[in-house]
Amino acid sequence: MAFFEMAKTAILTTLKSPATRRYPAVSAKVTAISRGRVTIDPARCISCGMCMRKCPSGAICVVKDEKTWSVDRLKCVVCNCCVEVCPAHCLTMETGYSPSMTVHEGIEVVQITYVKPERPPQKGAEEKSGQGS
Amino acid sequence: MSRRIIVPFGPQHPVLPEPIHLDLVLQDERVVEAIPSIGYIHRGLETLVAKREYPEYVYIAERTCGICSFIHGMTYCQGVEQVMNLEVPERALFLRTIWSEYSRMHSHLLWLGLFADAIGFENLFMASWRLRESVLDVLEETTGGRVIQGSCKVGGVRRDIPGETLECMVRDLEGFERDFKEIANVFLRDESIIARTRGVGVLSHGDAYHLGAVGPTARGSGVAIDLRKTGYAAYGKIHFKPVVETDGDCYARCAVRVKEVFSSIDIVRQAAAKIPEGEIEVKPKGNPNGECFSRAEQPRGELVHYVKGDGSRHLVRSRIRTPTLTNVPPLVKMLAGCELADVPVIVLSIDPCIGCMER
Ligand code: SF4
Ligand code: SF4
Repeated sequence: MAFFEMAKTAILTTLKSPATRRYPAVSAKVTAISRGRVTIDPARCISCGMCMRKCPSGAICVVKDEKTWSVDRLKCVVCNCCVEVCPAHCLTMETGYSPSMTVHEGIEVVQITYVKPERPPQKGAEEKSGQGS
Repeated sequence: MSRRIIVPFGPQHPVLPEPIHLDLVLQDERVVEAIPSIGYIHRGLETLVAKREYPEYVYIAERTCGICSFIHGMTYCQGVEQVMNLEVPERALFLRTIWSEYSRMHSHLLWLGLFADAIGFENLFMASWRLRESVLDVLEETTGGRVIQGSCKVGGVRRDIPGETLECMVRDLEGFERDFKEIANVFLRDESIIARTRGVGVLSHGDAYHLGAVGPTARGSGVAIDLRKTGYAAYGKIHFKPVVETDGDCYARCAVRVKEVFSSIDIVRQAAAKIPEGEIEVKPKGNPNGECFSRAEQPRGELVHYVKGDGSRHLVRSRIRTPTLTNVPPLVKMLAGCELADVPVIVLSIDPCIGCMER
């Protein structure tokens, strides 16, 4: 049993600089692999819908006909699952969090600009049929 | 004899971080009986198992609890791996052990802070949480998430910890241990803490055993149950002794947790020294068909995940039994006969995690 066990720690604390950061003057601590928010490169998305199917919180919606990819920031639990499953590697996990928002602003819609590269039609088709026969 | 009155305690109460309701039957200032009621934050996570494929359900299993999330994910993965007969690489098992122990340190420091706060020792509360921050920083650096790590998957782990980082972590543990010793002394020896916790909420060895107490609540009463001794993950290759105290009061439960932080530090050191090189995951083939009870030691005690698959991508049933649920009957026993003013301290002494209890 002892009295003033805490005294040393308490006095030292007053002499040290604060343990917290002066946010926002000093930016928040992030590491290279911190999960902040998902972003998409619309030029590479092939609208396969894999991210939509695998997202555990159902935050992503891909509409193939309208060529849109949308994420509900307030539903997204920042798990990195979509980034891992995307076959076109067009999703990235940014380290910064998305800014605070109201419910109505949560859904972010991105127009997909991917264009299927033109295949040199004749030659490819011939080769394929050649292989098939 | 004076009249009996009922005082409602919770679900909103300054000392409770999460909602549980207790009807306290009082005679004067003394609690005669406590009647708990739960069910304020049921989320239905177990039902989601039918809607998400089994590899993605890890993310949901992890979100059962915001404090020991890694261990939830790991226990679920262990269950599925057992059903699928997956041989997890050694390195992954060691990484799981390291992350589990960091989760334990972070959880215990969180609890120590809350406990100090319940006693009214604000300064100690902040000192504990400042230390906890350094543990969270390590978790973020190695997994990408401070609280929800998301680094466990069926068949292994998602991320490796490179050798240099591991060395650096072990080096930093030295400073952490030194700092923690300072506040551990306060918890174990300070007059005001002892006055508030000694002899309060006593749970006898027999009661702890028969009422099914788990984790530090059981070990504080001298019941030496520690699931890590069953040797899941890499615990079989690590030497440690379960921390046991025999008094069964709030002080003993607090002492168990303080000492477990030291034992966690030791386990991380051993694991870092013994970790082999190699793969960190195996790809699961096919779908789980069968059932399994998977158990692990959470910071609060024994955690059980039951999984049942029928050979499809979706499991048919998941059941999660968390340690807080089994610690409620011992809590009711502890509360009977205590002073009203001691109720907050006793309730906190089982480290209730209601969010994970109700899933
Ligand atoms: S990070 Fe997770 S929750 Fe968020 S959109 Fe991707 S898969 Fe869905
Ligand atoms: S973001 Fe990736 S996974 Fe999602 S639709 Fe586009 S290509 Fe497919």
